[in-house]
Amino acid sequence: MSHQTSQPKRSHEPVFWGLFGAGGMLTAFLTPVMILITGILIPLGIIDSDALSYERVHGFATSWYGAAILLVLIALPLWHTLHRIFHGLHDIGVHRGRDWQQVICYGFAFAVSVFCFTLLIQML
Amino acid sequence: MTNSTIDIDILRYRPEQDNAPFVQTYRIPYDEEMSMLEALQYIKDEVDGTLSFRWSCRMAICGSCGMMIDGVPKLGCKAFLRDYYPNKIKLEPLANFPIERDLVVVMDDFITKLESIKPYIIPAEEKSLEQGEYIQTPEQMAKYKQFSMCINCGLCYAACPQYALNTEFTGPAALALLARYNRDSRDAGSAERMAIVNAEEGVWGCTFVGYCSKVCPKGVDPAAAIQLFKVESAKDYLIGMFKPE
Repeated sequence: MSHQTSQPKRSHEPVFWGLFGAGGMLTAFLTPVMILITGILIPLGIIDSDALSYERVHGFATSWYGAAILLVLIALPLWHTLHRIFHGLHDIGVHRGRDWQQVICYGFAFAVSVFCFTLLIQML
Repeated sequence: MTNSTIDIDILRYRPEQDNAPFVQTYRIPYDEEMSMLEALQYIKDEVDGTLSFRWSCRMAICGSCGMMIDGVPKLGCKAFLRDYYPNKIKLEPLANFPIERDLVVVMDDFITKLESIKPYIIPAEEKSLEQGEYIQTPEQMAKYKQFSMCINCGLCYAACPQYALNTEFTGPAALALLARYNRDSRDAGSAERMAIVNAEEGVWGCTFVGYCSKVCPKGVDPAAAIQLFKVESAKDYLIGMFKPE
């Protein structure tokens, strides 16, 4: 078993790792806060439910900065998740169809990102 | 000292007579001062001279006596019977390496990888002896010192689940050694070594399980070296997009 001696091929992983890392930061720091607000504080009435009324949320989603925040909050954690799943499949020994696994994982993240982007643009 | 004994299961394999590895149990007198390596030496001297294992320094410097102790990669000289007594202990050759004989493994792939990362200082310009030494501040030394403590025992390769799945992965010790040279202020070989870092088999083969750093008997943190290199490699990727070679 000889190790390669030729020039090693550069990996494109930095692109996906970058999205994974950024998504991981958001997931770690912001998701618990969002669950706390929408899942606990508002149902318990600690925060007034008018804070998330349709008009307010619609107003936020249709502003350019609100749309940008929503896109980032949806797309990046999604890239994070699917990168994890893709590498998790390798770790648990699912070696068949690595190319297809890659296309499906990152393709899904890409498709939902584009879908989300399109929806938000239409609402602006 | 008591008269108690301890049982040690050893995975044995003698290629000229065994079709497959098998477990052999040895009962030896228990001594709380005894290391795993001393136990093996006792077996070889007093019980069964055919048992093979590597050792040299007996003090965690040479890196020869790496083995799986109850499934955990450890140095035989740094693990003690008292931490397992009165339970039976299981000794196996280092995981993820081919078995050469009994507890001796074939380390060729590991050594090739250590050599492949150019483990020597590549100065920006050669200095003659008259020009004196390459001066370094304590701060500059602190940047690489812990990565220079590696004794090449291979425990981190036995611990690495990625090396277990694909031996093309450059692996923890070689990448930590690469960090030792790339982070050295006297070295100017970073660009040459980054090609190894940037590859799929380089740092991108790692999924940051971190077990390599946990099992290291010398406190080296290969997982940290690899994660720092992921940042460097990502920067290098961006620069490469605008400045193709």
